[in-house]
Amino acid sequence: MRNVWIIASREFRQYFISPVAYAVAASIYLILGGIFFINIYFAIRGSQIDPDGRIVLGPLVTILLFATPAVTMRLLAEEHRMGTLELLLTAPVRDWEVIVGKWLGAFGFMLVIVAFTWVYPYILNRMTDPGIDQGILVSAYLGLVLLLSTMLAIGVLISAMFKNPMAAFFVALAILLVLWIVGSLGSGAGVGSQIAGSLSLVDRYYNNLYRGIISLPDVLYFVSLTILALVFGSQIVESRRWR
Amino acid sequence: MTWVLPFLYSDRRGKYAPKEAVKSTYRRQRAVDVLFLRLSVKQVMIQVEGLTKYYGDHPAIVGLTFHAGVGEILGFLGPNGAGKTTTMRILTGYMPPSSGTARVAGYDVVDQSLEVRRRVGYLPETVPLYPEMSVVEYLEFMGSLRRVKKLDERIEAVLEEVSLEERAGSFIGNLSKGLRQRVGLAQALLHEPEVLILDEPTIGLDPAQIIEVRKLIQEIGRSRTVLLSTHILSEAQQVCDRVLIINHGEIVVEDSPGNLQAQLAGAERLIVVTASETAELARLLERLPGVAEVKQGMNEGEVQVTCTAGNDVRPLIARKVVEAGMDLLELRPVGVSLEDIFLQLTREEAAPPVEA
Repeated sequence: MRNVWIIASREFRQYFISPVAYAVAASIYLILGGIFFINIYFAIRGSQIDPDGRIVLGPLVTILLFATPAVTMRLLAEEHRMGTLELLLTAPVRDWEVIVGKWLGAFGFMLVIVAFTWVYPYILNRMTDPGIDQGILVSAYLGLVLLLSTMLAIGVLISAMFKNPMAAFFVALAILLVLWIVGSLGSGAGVGSQIAGSLSLVDRYYNNLYRGIISLPDVLYFVSLTILALVFGSQIVESRRWR
Repeated sequence: MTWVLPFLYSDRRGKYAPKEAVKSTYRRQRAVDVLFLRLSVKQVMIQVEGLTKYYGDHPAIVGLTFHAGVGEILGFLGPNGAGKTTTMRILTGYMPPSSGTARVAGYDVVDQSLEVRRRVGYLPETVPLYPEMSVVEYLEFMGSLRRVKKLDERIEAVLEEVSLEERAGSFIGNLSKGLRQRVGLAQALLHEPEVLILDEPTIGLDPAQIIEVRKLIQEIGRSRTVLLSTHILSEAQQVCDRVLIINHGEIVVEDSPGNLQAQLAGAERLIVVTASETAELARLLERLPGVAEVKQGMNEGEVQVTCTAGNDVRPLIARKVVEAGMDLLELRPVGVSLEDIFLQLTREEAAPPVEA
């Protein structure tokens, strides 16, 4: 477990000296700030929207769809390309510790980025009377963290498969997009569409946690998908040894 | 070794001696003997048996068997693609073999991989460094992964060993190739490993650095086991106690550099240089007893003489040349270099030289 922590903290610090991370952070805040401003602007102009934390979180989730593959793409692919994976795999570290450490580092970094977005609900809370719905805010943020952990785990898994970070980026993005839109198939009545609907990453989020409903199946869905991706990731690292 | 010892003491169990006294004498004696055994018998640190690795259908190494003891520097010599790196990767626990066994410090590389990895320092061919980290940060990272005790002191010591103290704070990305190589070496030495595996450690270094690194390896090799690969033969000759020449995944020969030279040199060869014509000189020398072959040398008046084994014909040649009225300029033996042996051993059915 200590190895996980050592790898995670190296990775976490690494983000703050790499340009990718700053680009991701800057674009998130830029887009989010713009959308926030427009929302507030129209609210003040007297349109009917009733602002709550969701005017921040809705767009944030969409941005994260693109941001997480960018954050995870180099995690293992780069190590593999640079030959440093050989260093980690010949150090007394288990394969899963490498994967979980990488994931945890990325997770920590994204949490820092997400933490700063609290500033928008805070402003909103000051501007509205009697303030925004705190329950929804907490539930939606909890959902966001769960969603984030799953998306990052998938990103790490894909990064473990490739030697080229760009390839890892696009494949991870494609997989996340499929999981994103697969929910739209779930509107039918058949078993297939039900399965598709329950697989959907964002439907789980938008339909429940986003609305302030914390349900166990949703939490389990995110947690188990995260674990599954990390287990597969470890398997891939191990299978690399056998080639 | 130790389990045979009790039998050695069966005669000491005297009938009349009190039991306890016998036991304690026995115990003391045994302890001394075990200690003595440990000191005298070289402990085997690397033991490889029938190691084979296939990449798909292509065999990288086939049935390698060798061993290395404490305080031994084993050189792994071979052309590129001979299987040196593959063998090292198996020994460091990076990849498992297709078949065969390898034990490092008594642990199996497949079943007890973590134990092996704890005891091995490894410098891969492409030095694995994080360019955006500083030298110290990098060593701190590796040291904490390897659970090095008193890490700060160790880092200081190891930086001194590879003479990198002045660049401790530099980013690895800004270092020259030679310095990076040394950072890699520092990483391999950091946890004071029992076995050091170095894949072409002097590649990309300038001559002064090469000498330094070789000296360092020799120093380390006194108390540890070092396995190093190289395709520079003089390096193997200088540094290694034992050389293992490997080609197409198989061990071609295994011996000390000195023995190899002696064994493969066979008959002695001499270079004779005179101020006269080559043809004339050759005609004269061919007739001498003990001379097997005379070949033209590089320059006019120079010949290469191959003697039959066990004959020192130098005095005879000197006398005859002078008697024939030629001016003898040079008469020296030529040893076969490790280069020749290497080429001889690794060349597979080379095309016969075409005479122009």
